[in-house]
Amino acid sequence: MSDTPPHGPLHAVLDRPNSYIGRSVPRPNVRRLLQGRGNYVDDIRLPRMVHVAFVRSPYAHARIDGIDTAAALNSPGVVAVVTGAELAEYCTPWVGVLSHLAGLKSQPQHAIAIQKASWQGEAVAAVVAETRAQAEDGVDAVQVQWTELPIVADMETALDDQTPVIHPDLGDNLAWQRSFEAGDVDAAFAAGTVVDEEFSFGRHTGVTVEPRAILSSYEPAEGRLTVHHSCQAPHMMQNIFATHLGLEEHDVRVICGDVGGSYGIKVHAYADEMATAALSVMLRRPVKFIADRLESFLTDIHARDHRVRARMAISESGKILGIEIDDLTGIGPYSVYPRTSGIEANQIVNLTGAQYTCGNYRAKTTVVFQNKVPMCQYRAVGHPIATAVTEGLVDAAAAAIGMDPIEVRRRNLIPDDAYPCTAATGLSFEGLSHHRALARLVELMDYDSLRAEQERLRGDGIYRGIGIATFIELTNPSAMFYGVGGARISAQDGCTLRLDAKGNVICTTGVTEQGQGAEAVMAQVTATAVGVTIDKVRVITGDTDVVPYGGGTWASRAAGIGGEAAVQAGKALRENILKVAGIILQAEPETLDIREGRVVDGADGNDRIGLDEVGRIAYYRADTLPKDFQSELVATRHYVPKLFPFAFTNGVQASWLEVDIETGFVTLLKHWAVEDCGTVINPQLVDEQIRGGVVQGIGGALFEHCLYDDHGQLLNGSMMDYLTPMAAEMPDIEVAHVETPTADSELGAKGAGEAGTAGAPAAVLNAINDALMPLDVRLNIHPATPERILAALGTVG
Amino acid sequence: MEPMIDIQTSVNGANLSARVPARQTLVDFLRYHLELTGSHVGCEHGSCGACTIRLDGDIVRGCLVLAAQADGAAVETIEGLSDSGELADLQATFHARNALQCGYCTPGMLLTAQALLADNPAPSREEIRAYISGNYCRCTGYQAIVDAIESVAAARRGVIS
Ligand code: FES
Ligand code: FES
Repeated sequence: MSDTPPHGPLHAVLDRPNSYIGRSVPRPNVRRLLQGRGNYVDDIRLPRMVHVAFVRSPYAHARIDGIDTAAALNSPGVVAVVTGAELAEYCTPWVGVLSHLAGLKSQPQHAIAIQKASWQGEAVAAVVAETRAQAEDGVDAVQVQWTELPIVADMETALDDQTPVIHPDLGDNLAWQRSFEAGDVDAAFAAGTVVDEEFSFGRHTGVTVEPRAILSSYEPAEGRLTVHHSCQAPHMMQNIFATHLGLEEHDVRVICGDVGGSYGIKVHAYADEMATAALSVMLRRPVKFIADRLESFLTDIHARDHRVRARMAISESGKILGIEIDDLTGIGPYSVYPRTSGIEANQIVNLTGAQYTCGNYRAKTTVVFQNKVPMCQYRAVGHPIATAVTEGLVDAAAAAIGMDPIEVRRRNLIPDDAYPCTAATGLSFEGLSHHRALARLVELMDYDSLRAEQERLRGDGIYRGIGIATFIELTNPSAMFYGVGGARISAQDGCTLRLDAKGNVICTTGVTEQGQGAEAVMAQVTATAVGVTIDKVRVITGDTDVVPYGGGTWASRAAGIGGEAAVQAGKALRENILKVAGIILQAEPETLDIREGRVVDGADGNDRIGLDEVGRIAYYRADTLPKDFQSELVATRHYVPKLFPFAFTNGVQASWLEVDIETGFVTLLKHWAVEDCGTVINPQLVDEQIRGGVVQGIGGALFEHCLYDDHGQLLNGSMMDYLTPMAAEMPDIEVAHVETPTADSELGAKGAGEAGTAGAPAAVLNAINDALMPLDVRLNIHPATPERILAALGTVG
Repeated sequence: MEPMIDIQTSVNGANLSARVPARQTLVDFLRYHLELTGSHVGCEHGSCGACTIRLDGDIVRGCLVLAAQADGAAVETIEGLSDSGELADLQATFHARNALQCGYCTPGMLLTAQALLADNPAPSREEIRAYISGNYCRCTGYQAIVDAIESVAAARRGVIS
């Protein structure tokens, strides 16, 4: 908790007296959250506001033969009952495809389904009423005549000839397919010991404690739409609302206030949210939609439903010779807009094995439609799967040749001095530190003692396991991620800094805050680059009418991209301030500096004038400045990564756990994470991002699973039935850092928000398999529930 | 029309009377009728703990209690407990330790932590973890929350951590 000094190599601009870079300063703007005085969407109430609730399909696939709204319209408080066809007059449909995922196809999706519902939970009518309870009463009174249609539930058979096609216009249930090959894979497999494994990953979802929430207000006189939205990318949503509601972009204002958790769940265009915005235009008054928990499970995107067949060839000396994967995923009935549902599969192809030197790699992914909740990007998109597959194969291969799993990794990880370099899959790496990170991990966890303890306890019939997972993480994406495929999602971000007349700095930024600490990072960078104390910086995010254009917060980009924009804006504002100060002091600006909110002589730090005084003169007594001089106490700068398409980071995690072979229960004893996210701006915030991410990854590995029956019915769509990690089951997590700053920016920061989730499932599954090794049992199934562990042990059928 | 019930209650020390829908939950009454929006709603089925409030001195789930049941009772919420200063050390420590990220679980977590420390002034880490296991936090991974509660417990006992 105490401040720690900067511990990474810093560029001169930030290596300044009283630098805040590398210090664990507490976050600004959170005292209100501690006092229950936040501003989440459901906390806002507007004049004439009404509430919408949706009539949702009880079937996974069914034709709508008729909707009788008469009784609902007579229900107390009901203002309107609206069907899909009626709302389509106000909101055009969308198609979730991107041109760089060549061949990806999807069906146009409407805000409210017309003609048929394609998953259990899809909205088919909206009821708007004075209160949420009245809207729900109205929903109960709507009568829908349905004809059930044959469903596609199992992704394995989605492409079979006998399987019905969900969208006949598309011809088949294939959304996308990609194959990739590098090196000589067949020769590699002929030359070594081969391990062959099948991995499966359960569908799970984000379970933000604040459900999705939107309050849309239309002002008909000016034709302006104001949307209070619990989201991660307000400018992206501004564009989407404008495009589909037929408004000008500058007539749409999206305000993203406090957000109660997001993790990628709140970065998509959801049909019911589009419907809410359209209803506010149609009804010319504010309409609020707050998803309840049961509909969250049926409508928030799901993720990770993948089956991967994978092989690895290894030499007797522990050299990985070849890797081959065949991935299959079912994404629900639509590719989600605007990011598409092909990215997770694409990431699995790109990331598998990419931490290793092996150049012989063959990969295929098949993405199919099915009648389940749509899947899309959720924290660490594809990484947990690519990492679990790669690292599961490495452990299996290590066992097959009788080599220690750490040693196999040492022999294959890309050497720390090999950068820049390119992976077999074509990813470019600027600089990674796999070996330093692994060495740090081995030391942190005291690997040899743990192995000795494990051996000793095995003698007592206690099965403990150690699981290691090395990985890379994609952060700071350039336009190569989405923009290049035609998505109107900004890869660049802006920051505007303004000195006020009292010497405070107002920072507005395009990145958003959902709890990660983006505002703290912006304040630290701004304070350092300008030369003020951090209490003088006020950070404003989330309002498209106020902040510079930017992408928001996703894909671990806020600190690296938003932070660099703040560095550049801070430098520019400092220069502007010093010009004014130079005139006032009759000194060359280059001889002056700003420290702790005061202009000083650069050479000896002698105090000259406060920023409050500079502000006072510039704003109120411009008459005392030369006539040919105009002060500019504001500066805006933007930044987008240019040298590399992505700033890859690396990390390694370890899990130490015990499996009770009688009950199948897993007790997590300890977890370690060593992470290299470049310059660490705020160590405590990075550590807490890692810890939170690790726990979400553990959720997928051990607990979380959206269970469906053969009819496409979700069986456990409540917080009672869908298990997430709670405090009692979670271990303490030790975090350490290696710092390899990116040279793409002066700040040198890469992302850290998803690394925990990327590595944890692999570490946990490897640890379970390590624990069970004496029993000659392996399981590659996520979540590894007690029942599944007992089944693998042959205890239950 | 839906049945209504008259109640008299005290909220954060102030007496009030209100006419509430018979089916309205206490947390909805606080949020929508009194505009005390610090108590959050995460599930409405008693699982997440975001709606934790104090009723006659005990913590309860505001989504599992009806507003009508608050008749004659004393209700305390995060807003009142912030103003009285009762939670000040917990709040300051949660802030310093970054034991909140999105903050949505935080009011419920703070009230739960305060109840734990009233029951057990010297809880072990395991006891803290067990006690807060009725409160979801999806952001932090819990460790920072456990650290913060542990250090407040120590400070309240006069132990320098
Ligand atoms: S809202 Fe009451 S426990 Fe979740
Ligand atoms: S801080 Fe976000 S749910 Fe706890």
